[in-house]
Amino acid sequence: MTKPAPILDMNLALMAPEILIGIVAMLLLLLGAWRSAETRRELVGGLALLTLATCLIILWKEGMHWPTSTFNNQYVVDPFSGFMKILMLLATLLPLMISWDYLQQHNLDTPEFFVLTLFALLGGMMMASSGDFISLYLGLELMSLSIYVLAASRRDNALSNEAGLKYFVLGSVASGLLLYGISLLYGVTGSTQFVEIQRFLAGEGLEHSRMVINLGVTLVLAGLSFKVAAAPFHMWAPDVYEGAPTPVTAFMAAMPKVAAFSAFYRVFVEAFAPMHAYWSNVFQLVALLSLAVGAIAAIAQSNLKRMLAYSSIGHVGYILIGLVAGGDMGHQGVLVYLTIYVFMNIGAFGLILMLNKEGIGDNIEDFKGLGHKRPMLALLMAIFMFSMAGIPPLAGFIGKLYIFMAAVKAGYLALAIAGVIFSAIGAFYYIRVVKVIYFDQPREEAFQMPVGAMGGVAVAVCAALVLVWGVFPASLTSTVILTVSTFR
Amino acid sequence: MTPTLHHYLTVSAILFTIGVFGIFLNRKNVITILMSIELMLLAVNVNLVAFSAHHGDVLGQIFTFFVLTVAAAEAAIGLAIVVTFFRNRATINVEEIDQLKG
Repeated sequence: MTKPAPILDMNLALMAPEILIGIVAMLLLLLGAWRSAETRRELVGGLALLTLATCLIILWKEGMHWPTSTFNNQYVVDPFSGFMKILMLLATLLPLMISWDYLQQHNLDTPEFFVLTLFALLGGMMMASSGDFISLYLGLELMSLSIYVLAASRRDNALSNEAGLKYFVLGSVASGLLLYGISLLYGVTGSTQFVEIQRFLAGEGLEHSRMVINLGVTLVLAGLSFKVAAAPFHMWAPDVYEGAPTPVTAFMAAMPKVAAFSAFYRVFVEAFAPMHAYWSNVFQLVALLSLAVGAIAAIAQSNLKRMLAYSSIGHVGYILIGLVAGGDMGHQGVLVYLTIYVFMNIGAFGLILMLNKEGIGDNIEDFKGLGHKRPMLALLMAIFMFSMAGIPPLAGFIGKLYIFMAAVKAGYLALAIAGVIFSAIGAFYYIRVVKVIYFDQPREEAFQMPVGAMGGVAVAVCAALVLVWGVFPASLTSTVILTVSTFR
Repeated sequence: MTPTLHHYLTVSAILFTIGVFGIFLNRKNVITILMSIELMLLAVNVNLVAFSAHHGDVLGQIFTFFVLTVAAAEAAIGLAIVVTFFRNRATINVEEIDQLKG
């Protein structure tokens, strides 16, 4: 089965960003315990941001790395992993910048917050580079365990604790299902490496073990679908998004999704490629359910964070359509949509977070009349909402267009039609937010909050990208096409 | 009679099912849920070791060690979250974990 290993297959240079993040995270933990409370946010937080920026530069230069693997195929570095890692770094850096002031105001700026965020990112980056179920599982758990703690990090708040507890319990069940699926596949194929599993599944004479393989694939699918909150595995998302502190929500609405979708690629598009006919059927169902839940359940929500949770379930449905469609077009669609999704979501949560203050909560009603008092912030919010609704000329439209085109081209006409219908239904609740912002009368004392420089810049960057990609999609798609063209 | 691969797999499947049902049917206590999660992970370990012996390679056993380590970390984090929850709400009854819903 497994070839005799070369003596020492350890090309550490390939994983330089991950090593840097791991070491810095551990040093920051020491530093946080050593320095006094006053300086710790500036020091620990600043160093964390600096590390992320450094990794971004490293990956930017090495991003289009030719496909290579190290640690005996445990760790794969290729343009796809480079793209996903850059996206994950941005999805960590921007929420941290946005929440810089919020963390201090709410007394959340402990060193652990930054350390756990870095560890979650490290786990996510491991998932994007995994070439084996072992490295995938370890990355997944590192990411999930860090985020369970982050969700519960407001220790004196019962809602935050409850969010952490719910996320922990359901997340652990999901990893249990995933692991059981992996163990069955290991039993049948005799390997946990994606390359070996693919070779085995493409072979002949699998009839007598077909049932076990299907069960294993289904369990892996269920476990990973949980991490992206695709229906019917979405029950945790609204509760956790609502209960977790908003900086954590902004972070976990973006980074773990990118990580989980790169895991989808590693597992389904690489390892289970010979079984496309089987898993694409299951994913069609999951995508349809996610679209329906995302569009319909969100209408009844009064809490904006909860509404965005349902909306992100819907967005996952669209991305899954791209995954089902497959082919160059489908893969490009997934990456384009995922990238746009990340910036729209971080921007929207960033605005919620900046306006959050006594009296102004997370309810949609609380944003009444934002347009009169803070026209600039209202404009940004409107941009993100319209983009999520998929209204041209904003980036969200490009993402949806790409996905639907891929689905039609691959012959999934029904899926594309369902996607269009649900996106029309979904537009209702996004536009309702815009209506509340612009056409309702504000309360007297509302929206006095000053906007921090760093957070303002980060949200402005998100909005600018959403606008630019909407008008000049080629600036994003050219990179994506290049990434997908080297896909194995 | 010596135990064969099928016996191990059956035991593991039973353990896993007990774990899953323990989580979804349990309406009393969060600690029971933590125990059920451990049971699920241990069932996976039985599976991995049985397959490992069956295939005659050590990969499954290596994986088992990783799973054990992660399970320990998971239990620690789970208990920590349960403790903070208990401090705020003075209960860990499953039915009372209901402040978030919509």
